[in-house]
Amino acid sequence: MANIKSAFFSALLTLFLGVSVMGLQLESAGIKLGVQVADSHTFWYLGLAALLVFGVQLFRDKLPRLRSDPEKRFEWPEVFKGEQRQRMWMALVIILMLMFPFVSSRGWIDIATLVLIYVMLGLGLNIVVGLAGLLDLGYVGFYAVGAYSYALLHQYLGFSFWEALPLAGGMAALFGFLLGFPVLRLRGDYLAIVTLGFGEIIRLMLNNLTELTGGPNGIGGIPKPTFFGLELSRRVDEGWGTLHEFFGFSYSPVHKVIYLYLLAFLLVLLTLYVIRRFIRMPIGRSWEALREDDIACRSLGLSPTWVKLSAFTLGASFAGFAGSFFAARQGFISPNSFAFIESAIILAIVVLGGMGSQLGVILAAIAMILLPELAREFNEYRMLLFGLMMVVMMVWRPQGLLPMKRPQRRLDTTRLASASTGEASNVK
Amino acid sequence: MSESLLYFFQQVINGLTVGSTYALIAIGYTMVYGIIGMINFAHGEIYMIGTYVTFIVVTALASMGIEFLPVVLVTALAISMLVAGSYGYAIERVAYRPVRGSKRLIALISAIGMSIFLQNYMRLAQGPRDLAMPGLISGGWDLSGEGPLALSLSYMQAIIFIATLVSMGALTWFISRSRTGRACRACAQDQGMTSLLGINTNKVIAITFVIGAMLAAVAGFLLGLYYGVVNPMIGFIAGLKAFTAAVLGGIGSIPGAMLGGLILGVTENMTAAYFSTEYKDVVAFTLLCLILLFKPSGILGKPEVEKI
Amino acid sequence: MSNNLLVVRDLSMRFGGLLAVDQMALTVDERQIVSLIGPNGAGKTTVFNCISGFYRPTSGEVIFQGKAMHRLPDYKIARHGMVRTFQNIRLFREMTVLENLLIAQHMQAERNLLKGMFNTSGYRKKEDELADRAAYWLERVGLLEHANRESAYLSYGQQRRLEIARCMVTQPRLLMLDEPAAGLNPRETAELDELIVELKDQQGVAVLLIEHDMKLVMGISDQIVVVNQGAHLASGTPDEIRNNPDVIKAYLGEE
Repeated sequence: MANIKSAFFSALLTLFLGVSVMGLQLESAGIKLGVQVADSHTFWYLGLAALLVFGVQLFRDKLPRLRSDPEKRFEWPEVFKGEQRQRMWMALVIILMLMFPFVSSRGWIDIATLVLIYVMLGLGLNIVVGLAGLLDLGYVGFYAVGAYSYALLHQYLGFSFWEALPLAGGMAALFGFLLGFPVLRLRGDYLAIVTLGFGEIIRLMLNNLTELTGGPNGIGGIPKPTFFGLELSRRVDEGWGTLHEFFGFSYSPVHKVIYLYLLAFLLVLLTLYVIRRFIRMPIGRSWEALREDDIACRSLGLSPTWVKLSAFTLGASFAGFAGSFFAARQGFISPNSFAFIESAIILAIVVLGGMGSQLGVILAAIAMILLPELAREFNEYRMLLFGLMMVVMMVWRPQGLLPMKRPQRRLDTTRLASASTGEASNVK
Repeated sequence: MSESLLYFFQQVINGLTVGSTYALIAIGYTMVYGIIGMINFAHGEIYMIGTYVTFIVVTALASMGIEFLPVVLVTALAISMLVAGSYGYAIERVAYRPVRGSKRLIALISAIGMSIFLQNYMRLAQGPRDLAMPGLISGGWDLSGEGPLALSLSYMQAIIFIATLVSMGALTWFISRSRTGRACRACAQDQGMTSLLGINTNKVIAITFVIGAMLAAVAGFLLGLYYGVVNPMIGFIAGLKAFTAAVLGGIGSIPGAMLGGLILGVTENMTAAYFSTEYKDVVAFTLLCLILLFKPSGILGKPEVEKI
Repeated sequence: MSNNLLVVRDLSMRFGGLLAVDQMALTVDERQIVSLIGPNGAGKTTVFNCISGFYRPTSGEVIFQGKAMHRLPDYKIARHGMVRTFQNIRLFREMTVLENLLIAQHMQAERNLLKGMFNTSGYRKKEDELADRAAYWLERVGLLEHANRESAYLSYGQQRRLEIARCMVTQPRLLMLDEPAAGLNPRETAELDELIVELKDQQGVAVLLIEHDMKLVMGISDQIVVVNQGAHLASGTPDEIRNNPDVIKAYLGEE
């Protein structure tokens, strides 16, 4: 009975919330504002939504418990277990990934390259959010710093992609350091809001510093990366020449696309390797320790500010690398590419994949970039669903879809034996 | 008075106008923070919804031929407060209550997800573009001087001041005198103890969200009429600024939020007037960083004691 | 008094209107076990939090090995060799027992990112040293066989011992234990007693202890400091404290 009452109330509330905002549609009519009743579809959908809420609330107790066990971790199926087997599978995936552009179409390679950029961004943000537990809502700011670093270094100093890449990562890291320093001493909520502001400020600055950045018009003519100094274009005026002339094959514009794809793939592999190492190093251990209990960390002499700062700075540097690659691939960048929505997408990738899970982030990036590309009509609802998904995931499955057991440092049994026979007394 | 002095005072008036609406939004942040210790990221979106509802009601009334100003204003304000309050209530139920006991990061992500959802929900409902409404209230008083540099207070500005004062007065009365207000204060001090005393803390938290949302709707109503423009993104920047105001005044403190809002409004207007309009939004952010750096507890806030 | 390891003078801590600690004083000498006792709510843990820097004392001095500590942040105090445990155990629960000890040794770890990145032999050697020291201490506290378990799954007594081992791998001069015997059964308490004495005798650390178990306190303490309502009530050897009328009054009340 109590359920019927609350179900009725919830349904009514849903209807009210919907109708109050969607029932009447505002539209500009010249300098005046007009209003008209929304079309009947809207009301049908609202009625349906209210009915759904009614049903769910009514049978709330009978529905299976939604919140899943957060302790449960993803287990590899038997075929993937063991270091040897995993290495084999990994090699297979790498080979397939390398073969992909040669058997695929230009459109698909382009999408795959885009996915790889987001994988890199997701992995980088995962250091900050997943490993260190810091909510960074302005990650796109560092992405922008990376992209503009390359664009400006090229425009004013004539740097090539390869010369600018490390500097772009370094610049993003520097910005992360300067921003993190004052804020990371404080509670996590402040960091979230300050980074949110930072992302916006970077965009505003890029828009307003017209003389330096071209303002809203952006910067164009950013050259593509070269292959050891050889360019992948039809002809060049200076430098080493072009790739197809050097190796003597005929020019095709697809080569450039394939090359960019392979480069992105290489960068992702590097990122994966570096983060894999980080997790096993003292620095990665301290990130996770801080996420679990910062008071215990301080009692052991770990400086929470420096631990957070290292995660924040290193995370930012990956955004910087990704940004400079993005600038090279697009050839043109403008502040519009770095709106808050991008930060939200990257965060959604990390949340969906499972905070701290590398594989989860990769799969989530594929899903979240590929789906909207496949279903264009869905594009309009993309951000709406991303936002909804973040809420649903936190309520239902905060550990993400594919939470991995973290790799644990184990004490090997041989050392166990030697230590317990008393030999260990001399290690102190 | 010299012209430059007149100009200066005009900027103070303009700054206080905007600042008082920031203060109204900031109170929502501060109250929720005071009671459950989390930042309600979706609060700026509530303000945005309030503005849209105001626009819808005013336009709908006009199309029905009702243009008697007091009726239009009161109806628009009442409906937008009702709608915003309902949204505040629903958001708390859907996105915050289920994660209240979880780690802080989880609640934060849920809140930011809700904010993104509402922004795009409004985009779909009313379109992504700017909607402009002709001003309802024009004219004002010339206080001093003549010509383009005269010091003046528009009727709209006066309404903003009065409405803000009335809302703040009502809130202060509610918090300090009413039964529910007392329960709110008790909850902010010690939630566990309050619930042991037989007070329904869930209800108190819900009420806090509703009140915060209603005040944001008042701000949405006022700024909507003042600027005459709305789009789905206005909640984002307004939320950021109101949060800055809350931190500046000392988060958790209601008088602090008022003070912070006014200071921020004036600072921002001065920057726009004397340096450049483009950097108006940068000021709020820089201010936020500086407070966090030098006085994280804000002007009127108390430093937090960590429980070990 | 050259062998004063820790000197606390006039320590006061005020929270708003509440004076939680009032002009406390205590000293710990090298290789000494000093216990801080007092009724519940006397402010013992607050004294601990002030000494270890988690709270910034309102006034007073904390001198450790001749250096002023009371203005330093908590983590720097820990680096000077004054390390503590917590009343309600703070382990890294999702990490293994071994990893808990590796994190504690961050000062000894190879922190050069490039060496770690390329997994150089120097880096591996350092990591092995950390693991060896961890293994040594795990053996000392009887947890070696649990090295690869997640610390959340240890029993309460084991968690207490792990927390002590985690302090010891940092090679401290002063070990601060906040109610280490709380929740232990009599056998575990006896083991703890033994362990603390061993740490003092073999490792040469001094121990500052908050404890309610009077048998343990009276048995191992060199000095006892009694706190009542945030203020210093009495101090002396266990025998002196046992017979001090003020102390008896504080514990049993008037009459």
